[in-house]
Amino acid sequence: MKRLKGKIWLLVFLAVLLIALFLFSGLSGNISYILPRRAMKIAAIILTGAAVAFSTVVFQTITQNRILTPSIMGLDDLYMLLNTAIIFLFGSTRLTMMDRNIQFLLNAGIMILFSVLMYHFLFKREQNIYFLLLIGFVVGTFFESFSSFMQVLIDPNEFQIVQDRMFASFNNLNIDVLYLASALFAAAALFSVRDLKYLDVMALGRDHAINLGVDFDVAARRFMVIVAVLTSISTALAGPVTFLGLLVANISYEYLKTYRHRELILGAILISIIALVGGQWIVERVFAFSTTLSVIINFIGGIYFIYLLLKENRSW
Amino acid sequence: MNKIVLLLSMLILSAASLFIGVSDVGITDIFHLSGEQKEILLISRLPRLLSIVAAGAGLSIAGLIMQQLSRNKFVSPTTAGTMDFAKLGILIALLVFSRSGPFLKMAVAFLFALLGTYLFMKIVDNIKFKDPVFIPLVGLMLGNIVSSISTFFAYRYDLIQNISSWLIGDFSNVIKGRYELIFISVPLVMLAYLYANRFTIAGMGEDFSKNLGLNYKNVVRLGLVIVAFITSSVIITVGVIPFLGLIVPNIVSIYRGDHLQRSLPETALFGSVFLLACDILGRLIIYPYEIPIHLTVGVIGSGIFIYLLLRSRRNEAA
Repeated sequence: MKRLKGKIWLLVFLAVLLIALFLFSGLSGNISYILPRRAMKIAAIILTGAAVAFSTVVFQTITQNRILTPSIMGLDDLYMLLNTAIIFLFGSTRLTMMDRNIQFLLNAGIMILFSVLMYHFLFKREQNIYFLLLIGFVVGTFFESFSSFMQVLIDPNEFQIVQDRMFASFNNLNIDVLYLASALFAAAALFSVRDLKYLDVMALGRDHAINLGVDFDVAARRFMVIVAVLTSISTALAGPVTFLGLLVANISYEYLKTYRHRELILGAILISIIALVGGQWIVERVFAFSTTLSVIINFIGGIYFIYLLLKENRSW
Repeated sequence: MNKIVLLLSMLILSAASLFIGVSDVGITDIFHLSGEQKEILLISRLPRLLSIVAAGAGLSIAGLIMQQLSRNKFVSPTTAGTMDFAKLGILIALLVFSRSGPFLKMAVAFLFALLGTYLFMKIVDNIKFKDPVFIPLVGLMLGNIVSSISTFFAYRYDLIQNISSWLIGDFSNVIKGRYELIFISVPLVMLAYLYANRFTIAGMGEDFSKNLGLNYKNVVRLGLVIVAFITSSVIITVGVIPFLGLIVPNIVSIYRGDHLQRSLPETALFGSVFLLACDILGRLIIYPYEIPIHLTVGVIGSGIFIYLLLRSRRNEAA
């Protein structure tokens, strides 16, 4: 227990160090202008990282494996699709008039509905992880092509410009919804913090959990709502990052070696912040923006994913 | 019966494809074409039709061969990373020989596609646990990694715009003088037909085909070369068209079975018809603009892929 605390404090220290580095390194000129802008940016990055890590650990526990993540199952592509559909239905001229916050809430609502349905029709019935993965990938591709399709319909001439303006990425963070996203994240965290102990039991498997008096399906449904909200937060702020969750959740399991979700989630959140802030710092200062963070994460994450697949495969 | 239906729809759709477009060329004008109309037909409409037919048939056959050789229904140029490797090849060609013509680009793309597909086949060979959905998963992942490498270099060297034009397959760029490389796939499709029986046997496994006196390794190599050639020629002229090589052979094999010599002509025909229909749809929805074929096929193709997956699952459970 003591060593566990020590490990987490080390992560906290690293995270604070990197955040300070990001905020204050190379600071010159109009500080009162630069500093608040950097602070907003770092807040959005931290929130994204925390939401992705939190949702992935929860998702992996209720689906009982270490490979599936919300974004691999296509949830963040769904968010993009909903976003496009709303603009498509209400017209792009009204895009500027429609409050981004309202749009965000609307999307999050539909996401919750979809995730609960997904849990019922897919995870409860289907046990083959590989099948679920492939379905998730293809459904994700379907959502993605469908949103590009609608983007072309909105503006055939300049759909790539529409695309850039409409969607967030790490170089184009959506700061408008930052306050609402923080509030939602806080609400989701408060709402679930007393339930986290159930996750420790659920990790034992469905039968054991039910035997120990946890109503697995009710709890899983409640956690799916949290996952949907968190995924909406991260996608709204920074767009989809497919493999971030997979990486940080698995590093957290390996590093902390505990079954207690309170610590696992905290650890994953901190690792995620370290990876994103550190990564963004490298991208901005070392590569001078000539690449994006998602590209690097997807490269490392993809290789790790194949490693996980082949490793699981060998143990069969 | 089916062949007749396919041929008929092919003819009707081809005619439609020739006469749909912003400039007015009506089917009634065919006997007294003005000079301008003749030019439009010869420079833009006809090349477009030919390239759609060639790409549709070529990619479907490439998918069919890959599925036969890997003995997995879910393998195709999209789900084995072949397309992504070819794209990386084009990027490398752009970087290293920036002034090169299309031939050199295609050669490099071909080499990468071949290497990538070979690598994928090697990985598949080494996977002991052959869950049919496991293999396309590895392929998709491999493709993702390769494509993130491409994006990385494209960003570094300011080629992101250039590379995304190859990312999104689009027939609207096809005009006379810029598409002829796609005809490379025509002799390859014929070659595939000549070797169809050998591919069928190779699909029964290495030991079995050796027993029947087949030079298994050579047949596999030939198959990979055909696949890589077709894929790279399509990417060079049109761009990435996802899922086509996956769904067309599957649909045909549902009613035609896996005897390649019998199913091959139909697969080619069906691929062309399918691509033609998608292209016409994309041209009509927001007329006079058009939707790139990449997106039309992406939406319809991934939809059908999901259906095929669920279907295979149901069959397994039953």
